[in-house]
Amino acid sequence: PAPPTMTNRSSLSAILLFLFFSASSAQHNVRTERISGSAGDVLEDNPVGKLKVYVYELPSKYNKKLLQKDPRCLTHMFAAEIFMHRFLLSSPVRTLNPDEADWFYSPIYPTCDLTPTGLPLPFKSPRMMRSAIQLISSNWPYWNKTEGADHFFVVPHDFGACFHYQEEKAIERGILPLLKRATLVQTFGQRNHVCLDQGSITIPPFAPPQKMQAHLIPPDVPRSIFVYFRGLFYDVNNDPEGGYYARGARAAVWENFKNNPLFDISTDHPTTYYEDMQRSIFCLCPLGWAPWSPRLVEAVVFGCIPVIIADDIVLPFADAIPWEEIGVFVAEKDVPELDTILTSIPTEVILRKQRLLANPSMKQAMLFPQPAQPGDAFHQILNGLARKLPHDGSVYLKAGEKVLNWTAGPVGDLKPW
Amino acid sequence: MKLLSAFRSSYLNRRGSTFRSLDPSSFDGGLIPKPSPSSIFWLAIHCLCCLISLILGFRFSHLVLFFLFSTSVTNLYTTTAGVSQLLQLKPLEKANVTAKSSRVVVGRHGIRIRPWPHPNPIEVMRAHQLLERVQKEQKSLYGVRSPRAVIAVTPTYVRTFQALHLTGVMHSLMLVPYDVVWIVVEAGGKSNETASFVGKSRLKTIHVGFDQKMPNTWEDRGKLESKMRIQALRIVREEKLDGIVVFVDDSNMHSMELFDEIQNVRWFGALSVGILAHSGNADELSSVLKTNQEGKPLSMPIQGPSCDSSGKLVGWHVFNTQPYATKTAVYVDDKAAVMPSKMEWSGFVLNSRLLWKESAVDRPAWVKDVNNLLDGNEEIEDGPLSMVKDPSMVETLGSCGRNVLLWWLRVEARADSNFPPGWIIKSPLDITVPSERTPWPDSSSKLPVVTNEEKNNQPATEKRSGKPRGSKSKNNRGTQEPKTTRSRK
Repeated sequence: PAPPTMTNRSSLSAILLFLFFSASSAQHNVRTERISGSAGDVLEDNPVGKLKVYVYELPSKYNKKLLQKDPRCLTHMFAAEIFMHRFLLSSPVRTLNPDEADWFYSPIYPTCDLTPTGLPLPFKSPRMMRSAIQLISSNWPYWNKTEGADHFFVVPHDFGACFHYQEEKAIERGILPLLKRATLVQTFGQRNHVCLDQGSITIPPFAPPQKMQAHLIPPDVPRSIFVYFRGLFYDVNNDPEGGYYARGARAAVWENFKNNPLFDISTDHPTTYYEDMQRSIFCLCPLGWAPWSPRLVEAVVFGCIPVIIADDIVLPFADAIPWEEIGVFVAEKDVPELDTILTSIPTEVILRKQRLLANPSMKQAMLFPQPAQPGDAFHQILNGLARKLPHDGSVYLKAGEKVLNWTAGPVGDLKPW
Repeated sequence: MKLLSAFRSSYLNRRGSTFRSLDPSSFDGGLIPKPSPSSIFWLAIHCLCCLISLILGFRFSHLVLFFLFSTSVTNLYTTTAGVSQLLQLKPLEKANVTAKSSRVVVGRHGIRIRPWPHPNPIEVMRAHQLLERVQKEQKSLYGVRSPRAVIAVTPTYVRTFQALHLTGVMHSLMLVPYDVVWIVVEAGGKSNETASFVGKSRLKTIHVGFDQKMPNTWEDRGKLESKMRIQALRIVREEKLDGIVVFVDDSNMHSMELFDEIQNVRWFGALSVGILAHSGNADELSSVLKTNQEGKPLSMPIQGPSCDSSGKLVGWHVFNTQPYATKTAVYVDDKAAVMPSKMEWSGFVLNSRLLWKESAVDRPAWVKDVNNLLDGNEEIEDGPLSMVKDPSMVETLGSCGRNVLLWWLRVEARADSNFPPGWIIKSPLDITVPSERTPWPDSSSKLPVVTNEEKNNQPATEKRSGKPRGSKSKNNRGTQEPKTTRSRK
């Protein structure tokens, strides 16, 4: 598009064009790109100095004894609650003086009551929480000052503080009434859902970082799989007819794309699962019984663009990470057109997403490494808590004022634990 | 997130809503305890709907419920029976599940299947284009930064096995993902056979002839090949070719990783060559192994750089010719094992700028000025290492020689072996074994007289015998074969 008339203008445009091309080509050789979400460029913030956390000393029946009874709690995807406790105990944000603390943490492991097959039973968790909060409110004055508004709890189970694995039941129960004012750090996130409170912080599920590091392959291995997914499409044990599990989305993926050579999808459990993810461009992350899954963490760590099929989902650290620029969101009703959607994404957009995923701070933010490293999920949680400071003055209650209803909830919850 | 089936089924049983009991799974699970009129009514409706569904091929009952009950959420249903009907249906759930206005509702949803769930070829093309582009980006980010051209130097001459060797080299070079310049130096002058290979390769080639004929002993052949390589280096100097010079001998086998690895060389590099000194005679090899078994472990058949634990070059590993001391091939067509020279040229690569005339090229001090060599004033004695002043500065490639990237092999045919020029047969071949199954009625007129007699004898005997035909023909073949092998030996 060169202007016709004056030679000055044409040379100027030629210079501009040259600059533009050199700038764009310079960008092409860049491996990663900075990530800044709606809260700004906060992924690499250091929370030390921005907040102080006081850790309550609860009897070991709430934490250590549960872990001793079943050490599997350390390796399943809900292990974030245990590692958060360990991290806070030795973190510089911890303060031993509760009067200067901004946030209060109670080390309870509500998801550590496992069945023989390793699934957490949430039936006693509400009672455990109640008993712990009763203890806190009677032994320390800080709960009653704000009725828990400056306290935070880690509840990584399926539907957060609704404490049930079935969505309908969870919705019926709602968030535990005693936790209505506290900040919840949970993995579940779905917009306009009872179990997601406005001020909650969504975190990624726990995925073992060493296991993933052990399966890294060299980055110059060409990505030759277009779409990759391994997992169930039908849950024959619990939903034999189909249509209930994953709101029918996973079954739709299978029925529409089982014959499509671009889609490497099956229910296998290959030993090369992690390596295969690193050889794929897109990794499907559809909802299951709950919208979140460790697949998102794995996709981010392995540089595979996550294709998120879960309506209204709220992804981890949504204010710090601009997920729309990193992943591809597909509505559940659009699943039959998934191949059209994915192939119609412009090449530049795909390359940009890969650059964003290659950013090491992105990968760090999804992991819970032992010991903690700067920029990891622990620090993102603290950053999120720091961003909520300072507490609004209305949070502090006058003496004797009570807001929470201690007798609300199903009768079974009121029994002592 | 996994549910226990026990909890699930108990949950289902606890659901008491009427139309939920129409759900076949729960219906099959148990009978309704008290047949009240409403339940009988629903039972009748359900049976009617089932019948209609059988006829129509989709879940008709849900249509009825759609008209009877209305909730605020819509759903799409498609059938798996191949009939593409998109119906607007509602889920079977209570609508008062959430107080907030959510589009997402818990419960049974339809499994959406589009009418033609097969890949669209245009989209497949586009996906492959995306894959290619992503791989190109990966290569540019994580692969070799600025790939240099590969200058392959091949000394060759016309003989029976040349076609075998040059085809291998040609295919290897055609697969190299970088620019290739193939310099072929031919002993005995340029020939049509070599030219055909060079032409087929579709690479940028330089084909020159060398005046001397290739001698018959391995030692002399090695010496002449060195001279031919120097000639090629002269060409690199004259044409000022820019790239990495690799010595691609025509009988060697090269891996693709070799060409990726040599991109890392700065001036003069060495790599490990696997030496395949095998004559093809199994007895000889076992006798070699026996003499070696007196305590000493068999040494590796590798020629290349050797490093200490910190990765520094401390010496060279050469092929142990000791076990073969008594039985090595002298003449090119001997049946014994062919020994490599102490340092084969193919294990070294150099930057072509070392050969350029200008002193502006900042040659490192540890490389000799090769202009003397190239001008013909010197003779190269011990192989390529004599081109460097300080051999300890030579760069090691392939993680210090631990990766063997190419294999050295010398195998040639007998001196008197005959092969058709260009492997194109001008006149039809003679029959050595006539075809016994199919009688060829017309062929007898075309064949020369001698073979005609044989042919006339053969069919007559075969037609007479029924079953023993097979054995007779076998006998014929049996008598024929020793003849041919004898003549070859």
